[in-house]
This record gives sequence, structure tokens and C-alpha cells, in this order.
Amino acid sequence: MKRSRIAWAIASKDLRIELRSRIVANQILPFAAVIMVLFAFALDSDSVLQRVAPGLVWMATLFSMIVLVQRSYAIETEDGAFDLLRLSGLDPIGVFWGKTLALVVQLLLLEILLVATAILLYNTTVSGAWIGGIGFLGSGWVLLVTTLITATFGLAAVGTLYGGLAAGFSGRETLLPLLVLPVVSPVVIGATRAMESAFGTAGAVVSEGWSWTGLLLVFAVAFGVGGSLAYGPLIEE
Amino acid sequence: MEPTIECVDVVAVMGGFPVLAGASLRADAGEILLLQGPNGAGKTSLLRVVAGLLPVHRGEARVMGIDLVAEPRRARTHVGMLGHANGLYGDLTVTENVGFWGSTVGATAAEIEAAISRMGLAERLADVPARKLSAGQKRRTALACLIARRAGVWLLDEPHSGLDAVGRDELDAVLRQAAAAGATIVISSHELDRGTKLADRVLTVRGGMCL
Repeated sequence: MKRSRIAWAIASKDLRIELRSRIVANQILPFAAVIMVLFAFALDSDSVLQRVAPGLVWMATLFSMIVLVQRSYAIETEDGAFDLLRLSGLDPIGVFWGKTLALVVQLLLLEILLVATAILLYNTTVSGAWIGGIGFLGSGWVLLVTTLITATFGLAAVGTLYGGLAAGFSGRETLLPLLVLPVVSPVVIGATRAMESAFGTAGAVVSEGWSWTGLLLVFAVAFGVGGSLAYGPLIEE
Repeated sequence: MEPTIECVDVVAVMGGFPVLAGASLRADAGEILLLQGPNGAGKTSLLRVVAGLLPVHRGEARVMGIDLVAEPRRARTHVGMLGHANGLYGDLTVTENVGFWGSTVGATAAEIEAAISRMGLAERLADVPARKLSAGQKRRTALACLIARRAGVWLLDEPHSGLDAVGRDELDAVLRQAAAAGATIVISSHELDRGTKLADRVLTVRGGMCL
């Protein structure tokens, strides 16, 4: 059985369930937006908010990601479907990538909402023209989109890996943040720095952000490959 | 003819304790085999060995001719095991649940439709979300998923539990139908009367051995 077919089947199943249940749309996206609003109330200063906006976007992404990952495995464990997935002999690499891709789609939607909220609520702006004029790599928008994509793949790979591990334990709701948050700290640092460059925060320029996206890419590849290899043995145990 | 399931003198260990002590079992295509015995006798452990979940410590075990020791993952693709849970996604309809499992093995739409029809779910229930089904209907949907993913060996641990009398009769009917279509079905059950009427053969498990 083709690995890509298994991944597609798992991803489309997860996304269909989310479309049907509307948990992401009705609960997780509003939860993320509320976090951003609360940050605005707590800091209560335009200049401070503009300075810390990239960090706040990624902190809100992380908190919401934990809920998304828990949701991704709650649908599997609700009626024992995860056991059947493990028993079915399906290629675990296909299962891993299917769940990762479904998370990528949901996280990207979430991040677009959070960036839009930061722009509207915190009065931040993206540096440079869209693409033309100052060159492709000089555009803050291109850097922003690249950052979102590379960071999201890294986060989703880590979330899928540790979500699968925690799914077999009692107390998984509290275990998952403990496992995931320390591991994704390089993503938070890299994505925040890259987004600061895209936003031009505190005089940062776009060119400075590309080295951070390099770090995000290395992280995504490392956890993509590592997760593919480790997922099977982890969920079998 | 090669048996669908063949275990010879299987010893299995769980948590340092032997749970099977030389169990032997053979089942052929189209056969319904009932495992009966007291709690802790090793019935579920034997099912877990055949499902490739519990490693064979000593002895031989094969499913569809595939060595469970050497190739457990390949053997699992032929096996479907259902315990107390049905493994359904509550927000998906019957058709979507069966379709998902079918899609993992490249089943065609016609195969998926046939699986749903064989379990008597096509007319009124095909578009009903799984969480709105009765216990019996859920169990039939789970079995349709096994058909869609082309599992030739069905391992059912206490399949009648949680079902009312009508649901139990319905389940027996679909199991007979599945066996007639070539599936090998091994059931572990405490319900001897119902089980012996359903099964072609009864195997008693005691002390980790098949008597």
C-alpha cells in the first residue's frame, strides 16, 4: 500500500472531522483570538505591543497548538480508533505524515488569523513591498510566508510525534505540554526573530530574518525525518 | 489446504508472566471458531498473538501463511480485531467511516458500497453519523470497516457485550454471512449457549493452553 495514499486518507479524514465538528472554527480559533486580546489588555501600550507582537503571535500559536494536538488524538482515542490504526499494519510513516499534514493546515489557518489580529489590533505592519521593486528576498511578505510555512511544519511534526506518544498514557492532557513546549523552543525563538524582521520590529531588516528561517527549515526537516522513523515504535509501545 | 491461522505450541509472556504456555490453534477460511474458558485462561492473549500485538516468545504462529514472528506488520494487514470499542469516528457517517478504512487499502467505491450493504447498513443508515447509531448498528459498521479494509481474519473479543437481544441476533447473522463469504472468525466469549450455536467449532482455553 502506497505511503502517500495512507497519508492522504488520514489527513482528509482528520480535516473532514474538523469541518464536521467545527471545534477548530468555533472554539480553538476564538481561543487564540482571545489570547491576543488579553495580551493587548495586559500590556496596554501600542509601542510595547508593536515591539513584542511577533513573540505574542507565536506564544498564542503554541498554546493553541497544544489544544489542536490534543484534539487530533482525542478523535482517535474516543472509540478506540487509534488502537485499530496501530493494529491495522498501516505504514506508520504514512500515518505520521497524514496527521502532520492535517495539523499543518489547521495551524496555518490559525497563524493567518493571529497575524491578521496582530496587524489590526497591535498596529504592526509588514516591511517592504509585496514582491516587486525591492526584490523577492527583500519582501517582508515573502519572509513572513516562508516563516509561517517552515515553522508550521516543524511544530506540526513535533506535535504529531509527542501527541502519539502521550495518547497511550493516562493524564495525557497535562503530559503533552510538558513534552512539547521545551522541544519547540527553538521554533519559537527562530520564528519570532524571523517575524520581527518581516515586521521591521525595532529596526530589524528583512535580510536578517532569512538565517532564522534556515534554522526553522533544519528543525522541520530534523523532526520530519526523526518523527517518521520514531512514530511507529513509539505508538506500538 | 493451508490454514488461515496456525499456532503451534505458542508461548507468550506479558509483564514477565507467561500468559500462553504452549497453545496450539488452527482455523480455516470460512470457519467460525469459539474460544471459551474462565477469566485469565489466555483467550484474549491468544487473540492478541494472532493479531500480532503480543510477541511469540516460543513456538510458531502464521496468519495467511505469513510468519507472525518474522513479519508481524504484514500479517496484521490481513487481521481485524475488535474488542469492546468499535473504533469509529463519531462525527463521520457510516459511509465515511467505512470509506476511510477502504481508502487505506485502495478499495474502490463499489467495494465500500458492497461492504456497507453486506452489513445491512445501506438503506437508512449510510448517511447517519456514527455517534447517532445504536450499539448494534455501531458494531455492524465496525465489521463493515473490516470488510472494506479486506481483513480476511476477524478476531472478536466478547462481541456480544453491550448489545440487546435483537442486536445479538443481528450480529450472529452478519457473522454467519461473513464466514460464508470466506472470512475466518475467531470469537472469545463467555456466552456459551449463543457462542456454541454460532460457532463451527469450540476450543477450550485453560492455563494458557488450548485443550
